[in-house]
Amino acid sequence: MTRVVVTVMPREGVLDPQGQAVQISLDRLGFGHVDNLRIGKRIELDIPGDDPEGQARTMCEALLANPLIEDFTIAVDG
Amino acid sequence: MSVAVVRFPGSLDHDSAARAVVAAGGTATFAWQDDAELPPGTDAVLIPGGFSYGDHLRPGAIASRAPIMDAVRRHAGAGGRVLGICNGFQVLCEAGLLPGALRPNATLSFVCRQVQLDVADGSTILTRGMGATMSVPIKNHDGAWYGDPAAARVVFRYRGENPLGSTDAVAGVANARGNVVGLMPHPEEAVDPLLGSTDGLPLFRALASRA
Repeated sequence: MTRVVVTVMPREGVLDPQGQAVQISLDRLGFGHVDNLRIGKRIELDIPGDDPEGQARTMCEALLANPLIEDFTIAVDG
Repeated sequence: MSVAVVRFPGSLDHDSAARAVVAAGGTATFAWQDDAELPPGTDAVLIPGGFSYGDHLRPGAIASRAPIMDAVRRHAGAGGRVLGICNGFQVLCEAGLLPGALRPNATLSFVCRQVQLDVADGSTILTRGMGATMSVPIKNHDGAWYGDPAAARVVFRYRGENPLGSTDAVAGVANARGNVVGLMPHPEEAVDPLLGSTDGLPLFRALASRA
């Protein structure tokens, strides 16, 4: 069993209103120097068998990410 | 003509969608997400609004992978009429039956009000009976269509303003063949003078028609 972490982020150029709203709130709290705040999702899953990274990639393409609006990265816990 | 209204856990607008079909002269049946086939005698498919699977992962994402969607895909592939409203539009985009994707509204808020649409393409089998404009309500949180308008068959655009922040003010699109249409506004809430508009009726007449 391998622990795999999938990170799904809005693609560059796709409006991220959630990230914008949080950045505005940070600005109000005195963190006006931060920029490019974007919000995505972290998906953790245990995958048995061979090639957990390849399996995770197939799952991302089948369901976990929408390639029109999202990018994903896969990290395998070694 | 028999229109199958497809339900998922979290569908909300199936009853008003079925009422609109009846108001347009059709008959409505219900299909459940786990069904392998559409009800016998189905002529057209309607995927109603709501929050299927609580909008988990992405709106429409989980519903679009349900077993009934294989039957909807076969129906559409054979040229059958399919209409998706609000969450149904999201489901059809996630299923790859319509181009583009639906993003959170630019305002990051739930938007619920009457809007005016331009019918940008009245030549599809579903939109050809419509007037040049229509007055319909919107009620959604993730209704901003994102995609390439040049590569899509845009059938509805918001008129005068862009309330959700969609690409090119797109409110609804069709597939290339024109037999699958999806839109974020709610034509089923515009089929009776009591609702303030009957502009949605032609869409349901076209859905429930064999012509």
